[in-house]
Amino acid sequence: MEKRVVFRSTWLPYALVAPQIAVTIVFFFWPAVQAGWYSFQLQDAFGERTQFVGLANFAALLGDANYLHSFRITAVFSVLVAGTGIAISLLLAAMADRVIRGALAYRTLLIWPYAVAPAVAGVLWLFLFAPSVGIITFALRSIGVHWDWVLQGDQAMLLVVIAAAWKQISYNFLFFLAGLQSIPRPLIEAAAIDGAGPGRRFWTIVFPLLSPTAFFLLVVNIVYAFFDTFGVIDATTQGGPAGATQILVYKVYYDGVKGADLGGSSAQSVILMAIVIALTVVQFRYVERKVQY
Amino acid sequence: MVEQRPWLTAFAHAVLIAGILVIMFPLYVTFVASTRSLEDILSVPMPLLPGDRLWENYAQVLAAGTTKGVTAPVGRMMLNSLVMALAIAFGKIAISIAASFAIVYFRFPLRNFFFWMIFVTLMLPVEVRIIPTFKVVSDLGMINSYVGLTLPLIASATATFLFRQFFLTVPDELAEAARIDGAGPMRFFRDVVLPLSKTSIAALFVIQFIYGWNQYLWPLLITTDESMYTAVIGIKRMIVAGDALTEWNLVMATAMLALLPPAAVVLLMQRWFVKGLVETEK
Repeated sequence: MEKRVVFRSTWLPYALVAPQIAVTIVFFFWPAVQAGWYSFQLQDAFGERTQFVGLANFAALLGDANYLHSFRITAVFSVLVAGTGIAISLLLAAMADRVIRGALAYRTLLIWPYAVAPAVAGVLWLFLFAPSVGIITFALRSIGVHWDWVLQGDQAMLLVVIAAAWKQISYNFLFFLAGLQSIPRPLIEAAAIDGAGPGRRFWTIVFPLLSPTAFFLLVVNIVYAFFDTFGVIDATTQGGPAGATQILVYKVYYDGVKGADLGGSSAQSVILMAIVIALTVVQFRYVERKVQY
Repeated sequence: MVEQRPWLTAFAHAVLIAGILVIMFPLYVTFVASTRSLEDILSVPMPLLPGDRLWENYAQVLAAGTTKGVTAPVGRMMLNSLVMALAIAFGKIAISIAASFAIVYFRFPLRNFFFWMIFVTLMLPVEVRIIPTFKVVSDLGMINSYVGLTLPLIASATATFLFRQFFLTVPDELAEAARIDGAGPMRFFRDVVLPLSKTSIAALFVIQFIYGWNQYLWPLLITTDESMYTAVIGIKRMIVAGDALTEWNLVMATAMLALLPPAAVVLLMQRWFVKGLVETEK
């Protein structure tokens, strides 16, 4: 789409885009190019000499059991976060769509976790699940569950999944609610007249009409679990115990900052960029389809 | 609803209330912990009713941080967070509205190239290019400064898209009339486009303020000096290894302080928040 009426100036448009383009070049393109460049290099322990090693960093990564493990962890983590987040928020949105009294109050009380920083969300749940002082730890112990995520990888994973999904429920809820409210009422009424009960109506009419929203949220939630949950992980488990919660983004940070392995970390960055690009393409494909729909 | 089913409506209310209780529970426990002494919290199980230390705990962290670990005042961290959130929100809005105005209302060589360049930044979240970006910023001498905290984060493809979409819906007649009346592009921008964009700006402000306030990885790398910590970083630094040593009452008071401003923005500007969320994802 283009404007029919435009202004004319030889310098003004360049001046207007200049700030945005300058920031983009200095802080996006330049570092991205450097990440690509470093990923072909090997640095010695003191950072003084570098050596061009071609694809050796990538080959080392793909042969590294830890890295492949981190891939598996990330897959499990993002499926769990997206799955629980979407299921719970769909249930809540379907209920909120039904009630009339108090609807605004319910919505207000459900959306505030969106404002909580991932790291703070991590700390809130860390406190509840703390091995020695946590209130949920105490409750679990009193029913005979031995809870100590510091030692048990599965429990650490559960902790970060709960914290990450908790924060994301409000976002999913708002989109599901908007989706539900845009479904034409006559469709539902016609089904009701034909004798379909609420459950039948939900699965045969509402849910299919909601599936574009659900698919969109699936992609957004996976992106969230991949990248935005860094704060949750760093504030709680820091990838531990023994790498049980070390998702890819955390490993980039850990190897690059703590491990000072510039080449390896950059190679991981390049792989992650490829994943983001793939996810963005999927997301935009979907957006285009929705427009035609 | 299409039919009367009292039991189903009651069920819906029950599910919603249960959901809200689960969602609110961490916040409630955090609040209770922030009003108690450390001894209360360490006496497992901790009491679940607010105590009487609210004032002491909050005054302590605001003025002097924790007694061990982080000794920088949280008041200062809140100020840093506020500066960061406001600079990012206004910076993003300003450079994006200017760029999209140029892209929509002018024809010039490289126009599509610039648009494409901005678009690609969507695919490069900071988490992915941590080390090289950090190197660039440290080479520019921006470590431990507000410029270093905010400038690298203010480029925004989503805001540019949002304004572009909006400008495309502004009727051509307005620009035509402005030109016939002899108004230049900047006059048109100031008197017509800016007032029309008010609700989009408000919606974006809410989203970007939260984004800026909640930044974690970037300030973690850029701030090594305690006086430059943001509130979110401060909390993380207060948790010492071994959870019996952590001063949980003070950590929880800081957590409350760190989550209140963005939560207040969401609740007070709820209408723009919902609009902003839905529109930035289009």
